[in-house]
Amino acid sequence: MTKQLMRGSHVLGEAAVLAGCRYYFGYPITPQNEVPEYMSGRLLQVGGTFLQAESELASINMVIGASMAGGRVMTSSSSPGISLMQEGISYLAALELPAVVANMMRGGPGLGNIAPAQSDYFQATRGGGHGDYRCIVLAPASGQELCDMTMEAFDLADKYRNPVIILADGMMGQMMEPVEFPKPIDPSALPPKDWTLTGAKGRPSRIILSLLLDPKLMEERNYKLVRKYDAVTLQEVRFESYMCEDARLVVVAFGTAARIAKGAIKRVREMGLKVGLFRPKSLWPFPFMPLQQLARMVRHLLVFEMSAGQMVEDVELAVRGRADVHLYGRPGGVVPTPEDLAHQISHYYYGARLEQEQGQGSRFRGGDK
Amino acid sequence: MKQVFKAPKSLKPAVFHYCPGCGHSIIHRLVAQVIDELGIQERCVGVPPAGCAVLAYNYLDVDMGEAPHGRAVAVATGLKKVLPDRVVFTYQGDGDIAAIGTAETIHAANRGDRVTAIFVNNGVYGMTGGQMAPTTLAGMKSTTTPGGRLVERDGWPLDLTSMLAVTKGSVYLERVAVNSPKAILRAAKAIKKAFQVQMDGLGFSLVEVLSPCPTNWKMSPIDAFRWIDENMVQYFPLGVIKDETGSKAQKGEKS
Repeated sequence: MTKQLMRGSHVLGEAAVLAGCRYYFGYPITPQNEVPEYMSGRLLQVGGTFLQAESELASINMVIGASMAGGRVMTSSSSPGISLMQEGISYLAALELPAVVANMMRGGPGLGNIAPAQSDYFQATRGGGHGDYRCIVLAPASGQELCDMTMEAFDLADKYRNPVIILADGMMGQMMEPVEFPKPIDPSALPPKDWTLTGAKGRPSRIILSLLLDPKLMEERNYKLVRKYDAVTLQEVRFESYMCEDARLVVVAFGTAARIAKGAIKRVREMGLKVGLFRPKSLWPFPFMPLQQLARMVRHLLVFEMSAGQMVEDVELAVRGRADVHLYGRPGGVVPTPEDLAHQISHYYYGARLEQEQGQGSRFRGGDK
Repeated sequence: MKQVFKAPKSLKPAVFHYCPGCGHSIIHRLVAQVIDELGIQERCVGVPPAGCAVLAYNYLDVDMGEAPHGRAVAVATGLKKVLPDRVVFTYQGDGDIAAIGTAETIHAANRGDRVTAIFVNNGVYGMTGGQMAPTTLAGMKSTTTPGGRLVERDGWPLDLTSMLAVTKGSVYLERVAVNSPKAILRAAKAIKKAFQVQMDGLGFSLVEVLSPCPTNWKMSPIDAFRWIDENMVQYFPLGVIKDETGSKAQKGEKS
């Protein structure tokens, strides 16, 4: 198939439609307005429903209703709007409803700005709303990955009956890149769901609820969710390792930051520095084990985030003191250049005298799932 | 012998958990009865609120999905968009629909979403123990207005249903009560009509039901029934607030 040059927000929308998504509910917020704008026209063409809601609260609750009815449904927003959706996302998780939520992150906290940022990592990977729950969180780093991950997100949401978050940023949404779109999925050909609310015709009536007044029953529900999350953790970890085979220092970054890191690594490689990249593609489940294995070989990790430092806590948890973990975090919507990062890398590299280190490097073979 | 009265098929044979004299059990029965009469049990989806009536799904024998507090109408809109040929209703209290869920309700009405809201107004937050509601009467005591609702501080009782009447998308709005046999018969008629409006694809419909809460009003059930007539109807007069079913049907404004 031929490639199409397309803006990230449009890629997200097109991939959703190709995945069989026929229902979109949303509210305008920069820098992701191109998603609802695209969906408003595109869903008409395929006989779906686009509705601009009166708020993000209404959007996410319309998503809940559409999901209860069995529709493939999504919403999108950016950081402050995603904060407003947290109540509904907690309910989606509690009611075990599949849905896809895209967050094109911007600088915060508060109103912040409309520049690209990665400072909603905690919110996305820790649940964000109230109660013991997890969302599957995918972090694309290119237009093509935005397409592939969005399509996959709908399957994961259905498979686990859980909300899936696409965690990208304003840069990913605005950047135009060539993308090869796969064949569309026919929503009517998707596996039937045996739990939806469609009217009790020829079967007993169904209830979808999260209210369990008896703590024993609520505990059971929580353990049921935990077992599901354990299965996700075992089966759905995704990461990429890049030039880690001989690395003495590995940069850990996701999304746009990882793109910048690749540019920086090419530069420092030209200077003879043995530097690689470890890129989590699933932020939850986080690739703890692969990173732990890597930390057995490489003793210096530089976490690069477009935030004041959030993923760095997961990296610390993964390496458990086996490696030195440093942070280069730029919050507030600042997007460092590959040169900026290359400077940080070389500063750290020479500071730790890694150029004098003996041996063949890490010999780390990371699988790219 | 001829049977003149029986439990509706759409009502589960369960014992209501509601307090003695509570209006919810009457209203549940009316909703079930209307669902039977319209023959829509197999294509009906209900959305209960947060509040005393969250457990409505223990009694109403139709598909039901729980909504967050105040968001029932938004959830109903989502359901209806996927299932345009089903009958979708919400069942909400005054705190749910007229305080935390005001925005969702007004916009659903304004869009003319083909859903039906059953709005139970008892002037108090029942489940949380009797705090002031948006509909608490001026001067009325609650656990958060121990000296009575002070309008200079707390504002006036909110008449949400009249507010909805100004939206172009609302088609049928009526306020009824369940404090006498006559009122209950009227309420049943209103609920049936509200469902019919949705089934005819005309637009948004809502029935507000003035309902006694003897426990939180700290009255006997009999006094609570009287109190509705003597006090509540001054702020919330009974009757049809808006009915455009005739003109909408004439113009053929169907979905």
